[in-house]
Amino acid sequence: MPAVVIENVHKRFGDNEVLKGVSLSVEAGQVVAIIGRSGSGKSTLLRCINGLEMCQSGRIEVAGHVLDQDPKHLRELRKDVGIVFQSYNLFPHLTVGENIMLAPRLAKGLGTAEIRKLAVEVLAKVGLSEKFDAYPDNLSGGQQQRVAIARSLAMQPKVMLFDEVTSALDPELTGEVLVVMEDLAKAGMTMLLVTHEMNFAKNVADVTVFMHQGKIWEMGTSAELFAAPKTPELRNFLSAGVH
Amino acid sequence: MATFGFPEMMFILRSAGWTLLLTALAFTIGGIMGGGLAVLRLSQSRILRNIAAGYILVIQSIPVLMVLFMSYYGLSLFGIDLPPFLAASASLAVYCSAYLAEIWRGSIQSVPFQQWEASSSLALTRAQQYRYVILPQAVRVSLPPTVGFLVQLVKNTSIVSVVGFVELSRAGTLVNNATFQPFKVFTVVAIIYFLICFPLSRLSRHLEKVMHAGRRH
Repeated sequence: MPAVVIENVHKRFGDNEVLKGVSLSVEAGQVVAIIGRSGSGKSTLLRCINGLEMCQSGRIEVAGHVLDQDPKHLRELRKDVGIVFQSYNLFPHLTVGENIMLAPRLAKGLGTAEIRKLAVEVLAKVGLSEKFDAYPDNLSGGQQQRVAIARSLAMQPKVMLFDEVTSALDPELTGEVLVVMEDLAKAGMTMLLVTHEMNFAKNVADVTVFMHQGKIWEMGTSAELFAAPKTPELRNFLSAGVH
Repeated sequence: MATFGFPEMMFILRSAGWTLLLTALAFTIGGIMGGGLAVLRLSQSRILRNIAAGYILVIQSIPVLMVLFMSYYGLSLFGIDLPPFLAASASLAVYCSAYLAEIWRGSIQSVPFQQWEASSSLALTRAQQYRYVILPQAVRVSLPPTVGFLVQLVKNTSIVSVVGFVELSRAGTLVNNATFQPFKVFTVVAIIYFLICFPLSRLSRHLEKVMHAGRRH
């Protein structure tokens, strides 16, 4: 069974229809990159998957949870679906360790010892073991984003969503975050990522989806899609160089 | 005619105690109500939001004196006789609740909405989001204006003298009526107000500095 199923999803903000019938299916362990111009609906699609935005029609199923408005169902879904944001959104009043341990304790009710072990483990995974007691404000952007990834991982999600996670970073900090994501991909995590990093999409993603005007305009294996774009819009987008 | 001596001074000091007690009660009860109202004001239910907004609008739009008259004289028409102290603390609590609710609503809203998104994405309940993520950040923002309001409250308690409750101002008036030494008496009263409010004002300014220093954005 696919890890993510999106069927004919429509989403409007007022008069502006942002998603015009999007369908997509992601297998467990697959890495899917979503690319496209700003305003093409790619971030909205990602945010619909964990219910941060509610689509007006269509059906979304993630990690065995069917998305609906019920807050209880939504929490169950979110225990299995992590998201990392462009602006990191760490909790500034908590240390790195506390940031990571908060949700496993509150939402999953794990024991203290187990949570601590988990936190140490995920921090090691993102290469920031020594920052356990640091506050987010004292970390670089790249480090903060890696902590945000660790915080998500501590929930032991089945699916991870990445919403332009390197867009706020200086070029020299982008690499350290991408390396972490590549490791995750290799470890078999199911990942959907909205990205402007074409090289990352080309080299790491199994499938790349090109969104244009609220629709999936073109999709295919990353190798094919980048080597031989079929639509003029995608050719245009890829050759423009400015994403 | 009596002179302004030790018994008069003690009388004024005791009344200052009532002012403090009145302030503390009004602030505590008003704070609890205000906290609830602030959360209602930000509730996901429109009905609850409107109820809270309506209450705040009405209370902020009428003088606290009218609330006091209504609770003291008004209720007695219906056979409910509140003792002056109770009427006074209840009215001031109502007044406090509306203002604190607005101060705290603003503080809660000053926390970036991404903090809500991040914490809800981690499967926290709304109560958990408030308790562990939003309020700890909102409190930092709210401390200076809250203490500032408290200083106003200390001084505003003087209006309860109109229902016959003897607090610091009223005590000063009574002593002056007996001694007719207005300059001396009211200077003492003013100094006592100052001694209560000055440390609070300093605390507020200190908090403001600390809060701003601690925040980079």
